[in-house]
Amino acid sequence: MSNRFHVGSRKGLFTFTRNGAGYVQSPPAFLGEPVSSVLHDPRDGALYAALALGHFGPKLHRSDDDGATWTEIAAPAFPQADANADDAPSVDMIWTLAAGGDDRPGRIWAGTIPGGLFRSDDRGASWSLVTSLWDRDERKEWFGGGFDKPGIHSILVDPRDSDRLTIGISCGGVWKSDDAGETWRLAGKGLRAAFLPPEQQLTQNTQDPHRLSACAAAPDRIWCQHHNGVFLSKDGGETFEELSEVFGFGVAAHPSDPSSAWFAPGVKDECRVPVDARFIVHRTNDDGKTFAAKSSGLPQGPAYDLIYRHALVVDETGDNLAMGSTTGNLWTSADGGETWRLESANLPPIAHISWD
Amino acid sequence: MVRIAFTDNLKKHIDCPASHVDGATVREALNAVFASNPSLRAYILDDQSRLRKHVTIFHNGAMIADRTTLDIPVSAADEVYVFQALSGG
Repeated sequence: MSNRFHVGSRKGLFTFTRNGAGYVQSPPAFLGEPVSSVLHDPRDGALYAALALGHFGPKLHRSDDDGATWTEIAAPAFPQADANADDAPSVDMIWTLAAGGDDRPGRIWAGTIPGGLFRSDDRGASWSLVTSLWDRDERKEWFGGGFDKPGIHSILVDPRDSDRLTIGISCGGVWKSDDAGETWRLAGKGLRAAFLPPEQQLTQNTQDPHRLSACAAAPDRIWCQHHNGVFLSKDGGETFEELSEVFGFGVAAHPSDPSSAWFAPGVKDECRVPVDARFIVHRTNDDGKTFAAKSSGLPQGPAYDLIYRHALVVDETGDNLAMGSTTGNLWTSADGGETWRLESANLPPIAHISWD
Repeated sequence: MVRIAFTDNLKKHIDCPASHVDGATVREALNAVFASNPSLRAYILDDQSRLRKHVTIFHNGAMIADRTTLDIPVSAADEVYVFQALSGG
């Protein structure tokens, strides 16, 4: 059971440590700075924090002492191109970080805006762009969703084979590699985008999967909270079945029950508030045949909290969840999302949560 | 030598005292600073070595217009200030 989680917010990084029924909040690290991603690497205990400095660009820091001290390390960066070209890329934001598998010590993956995938084999001391994906012709058809440029927000490393990767791109669909990123194929068949012209609604390369989350015990089960609704893959993301048209960003797959996942629904497309101002969490236990609304401990009056795509997470037991909102509310659950407890109503807008 | 100085707001992220460096252009003066302080580079320039979008440079009191090549001639006793836009919230 994880006893600690980290909250990346618009104004710094906050750590919450279990204390009885609730959690104790630490003083912030990086106070005043937007924290765009946090990773606790279970292989060596290192913490990584990505900053999206408004003036000075994306930065990456690592702590090897549980967050007591931080050291700036290299941030992913695109190779030098023709700087006069309008499309010469530069990383705007590190959107997600992923540990590279138990048999690949030191390997870290980073997904960025614009849609670059980067790999480090030395704990973030150096990074290289995965050109096999960046150079695909299909990339030129990707487009931004919420941000001006497309971005990679989900990187799933198969626990059975660290070379098997599944990534989610808004808006660039679902892509898979079986060889640690040497080659790629466009997956995500069955995803549907009602916001595209009719003849393009099933085009795999321009889908907007808001977030992918795999069941740790059954990694071929990949849940997708898509712009258009909720989808489930039973074949590792190759194909998806459409389950609902409920909008949202966050999804957390149960770590051991392949039929179970949590979602934080909202109103599509641009409105992005809870449906009827009633803030709830959806849970399914039956492969998405039904979704039960959970509201115990959540606001009972009108609420306008939005849960971003990296801000609804479950620990390895499947019992403990943490969820943070754009309004700066933070909730936890110790019973699989049946009941929730408000840990803080006074945090900055929350973008990211990671369990230890 | 050209005097080059940085906004105080950058100093909470990275040590960057004002210094006197050699260089015939703004780009060369910056490169001279980066040579002794490599980590500073990515705070000022993007991946393509362009001036970051919300950073600006004043040369002898005038904001530079060329943000890509930074190929602005400078001479001894000139002053170059690196500032940031005041934005965000």
